[in-house]
Amino acid sequence: MAGTQILMPALSPTMTEGKLARWLKKEGDTVKPGDVIAEIETDKATMEVEAVDEGVLTRILVPEGTEGVAVNAPIAELNGGGGGGGGSAAPAADRAPAAPATPAAPAEARPAPAAPAARAAAPRAPEERAAAPEKDWGPTRPLTVREALRDAMAAEMRADDRVFLMGEEVAQYQGAYKVSQGLLDEFGPRRVIDTPISEHGFTGLAVGAAFAGLRPIVEFMTFNFSMQAIDQIINSAAKTHYMSGGQVRCPIVFRGPNGAAARVAAQHSQDFSSWYAHCPGLKVVAPWSSADAKGLLRAAIRDPNPVVFLEHEILYGQTFECPIAEDFVLPIGKAKVEREGRDVTLVAHSIAVGLAMQAAEELARAGIEAEVINLRTLRPLDIATVVRSVRKTNRLVTVEEGWPFAGIGAEVAMQVIEHAFDWLDAPPVRIAGRDVPMPYAANLEKLALPNAAEVVEAAKRVTYRA
Amino acid sequence: MVQGAETATATAARRRTARGKEPAITREELLRAYRDMLLIRRFEEKAGQLYGMGLIGGFCHLYIGQEAVVVGMQMCIKPGDQVITSYRDHGHMLACGMDPRGVMAELTGRIGGYSKGKGGSMHMFSIEKGFYGGHGIVGAQVSLGTGLAFANWYRGNDHVCLTYFGEGASNQGQVYESFNLAALFKLPVVYIIENNKYGMGTSVERASASKDLSKNGAPWGIPGEQVDGMDVIAVKEAGERAVAYCRAGNGPYLLEMKTYRYRGHSMSDPAKYRTREEVQRMREQRDCIETARKRLLEMGLDEAALKKVDDEVKAIVQDAADFAQASPEPPESELWTDVLVEEEGR
Repeated sequence: MAGTQILMPALSPTMTEGKLARWLKKEGDTVKPGDVIAEIETDKATMEVEAVDEGVLTRILVPEGTEGVAVNAPIAELNGGGGGGGGSAAPAADRAPAAPATPAAPAEARPAPAAPAARAAAPRAPEERAAAPEKDWGPTRPLTVREALRDAMAAEMRADDRVFLMGEEVAQYQGAYKVSQGLLDEFGPRRVIDTPISEHGFTGLAVGAAFAGLRPIVEFMTFNFSMQAIDQIINSAAKTHYMSGGQVRCPIVFRGPNGAAARVAAQHSQDFSSWYAHCPGLKVVAPWSSADAKGLLRAAIRDPNPVVFLEHEILYGQTFECPIAEDFVLPIGKAKVEREGRDVTLVAHSIAVGLAMQAAEELARAGIEAEVINLRTLRPLDIATVVRSVRKTNRLVTVEEGWPFAGIGAEVAMQVIEHAFDWLDAPPVRIAGRDVPMPYAANLEKLALPNAAEVVEAAKRVTYRA
Repeated sequence: MVQGAETATATAARRRTARGKEPAITREELLRAYRDMLLIRRFEEKAGQLYGMGLIGGFCHLYIGQEAVVVGMQMCIKPGDQVITSYRDHGHMLACGMDPRGVMAELTGRIGGYSKGKGGSMHMFSIEKGFYGGHGIVGAQVSLGTGLAFANWYRGNDHVCLTYFGEGASNQGQVYESFNLAALFKLPVVYIIENNKYGMGTSVERASASKDLSKNGAPWGIPGEQVDGMDVIAVKEAGERAVAYCRAGNGPYLLEMKTYRYRGHSMSDPAKYRTREEVQRMREQRDCIETARKRLLEMGLDEAALKKVDDEVKAIVQDAADFAQASPEPPESELWTDVLVEEEGR
């Protein structure tokens, strides 16, 4: 049988060359798989090299003490009994490391892919054409946001046995905020499941159930507690479809109240919009009205992807008109122009839409016509609707409850600059929560949150009417 | 050496076998197990070799030494059951019957890999074969596996989920949240702790105040056993008890497999935390493949039959290695696919 060459092995993701420190076998020795044949010094450690193939070491090509031996260079020849392919050696254990071992970062191993070619397939600029008008769903009736959410879950659970709700106090207690009221009675304990206080555990469980083809709705009592489970939301739910090359799906909804409640201080008052919207592999929805809540939650439950559905406790009790049509549903990824105007564009989501609407009324009294855009979905962001509006008004004010730094307003403004820079007649202004943890004291809490007066003031500034 | 590998339970199991109510394993079954263990061993050696040639990048956690655990357990389940594990997953995929070509091509980051080259060593899946990954975050697969078992419970079928994790992961909080949930809902999940003694470089004695990990489910009433994970027959026997218990709707079961990895945690592991002699002793005295080989010869199989298996395995592995090098890298368009399922909602 022909001899095989033993090649200089790579002993870490970053190694390109090393020193052949010592041969432990000499020419003529018989080696078996697993035998240590040599020691190699890398930048990190001295490692032993094991034989992979069986045979007689016929020739040593690189004498010991040689420095700078390139990875994959032949270092010896083996007259094999085993046969098989190109014989390299395998890295084994060291005896005297030169430095403490640290796991090498794999990212360094390969050059970055060629950016220009890769970018070709990247998401496109927003479309220029006019928006399709929202479908007319016919008659409406007043409904609270709380009832709208419950009705959406009930409708989807009736339609699909794979849909179930799990979370703390969702069943017997009827929901910590009464959103799941009545669901246990209608669907029973198999489909409306009380969990122990174990966000990390039951979120992972629900993601596993979604991998297996079920359609879980996970209620977080508030989104603050989703931080206990955020590894499962990002690393498992959002990334597995990509990491499996499209094989594994994760149709799941994570929902619950997000943002500032009232007088519960910093750990229970936080907006996670930009946290989740940052991550590819998720869809992120933030409804304002009852119609948003019902139509978008139904779409989220039907969606084949993981959806983070950010509700707001303060909105639960508010009443809005909502279509009564049995099949009412809204598309994820479409913003809504809540109010048309020609002078300034106000972009908001969730509870901040209310502030923007209030501000628009006040602005109208001052002769400024504001266009209010309710984003509805944060990822994928409907930037086309925003850009279309800014090209008309030439002014942008973003409104959100979350912190300003790297927030949703920052993203909206950046995308407007990318797509409509030449249409802007004033620098965009962002209204957001203050850059502090939420205080408890009533006066300080009020100061920490954005209000309609600030929006009015900002709109006047960008229209040079201040 | 593996301290306490000869545990009371494992010894008791062997005694039962010795009394001989029924043979623990037939010659055909053992030959099959030998073949599957050898396939994993040779595959992993080849992976180490390709890594050395720079064809595999990043992390690469080899299963060499632990083959009896996954091969023994796989003999206890049926199609439709699920398997999930951590990042040391090549052996589990081969045991599930996944194509060695697709696994090796994923290691080399090629389009022919199970994840089209986008997952790598730690992230491969085959729903067809019941394999749900391949998870890189230590302990995360324990909650996910509990969820796969939940899906069985929800659907009212009799399938079970084998959920593997290391003794290192057994210190993660979500493991115990999962134990509680599984026991509370009586979910059909077999938790398998592969105790190979070292979580990266930290020995189990330095990491876990619990001295008997098989008792870690006791507060939730989860029955547990310590098993000699270097003996495929002992693994199969314990696995059958565990799987039968779960399939019957009794809830979760815990197996602590006393095993050992011969190679480093990942590829660049200088192994200062254990002596070469310790590794050598395990290889020479406790190796699962050698043990099975001797047993097969005692059972009357001849060397020629074993040689035939060796040759068959070698050819499969070489074919996989050839495929993994010939398969092209994923096209650049793959960068943007599979981020979301691009379909209308149901």
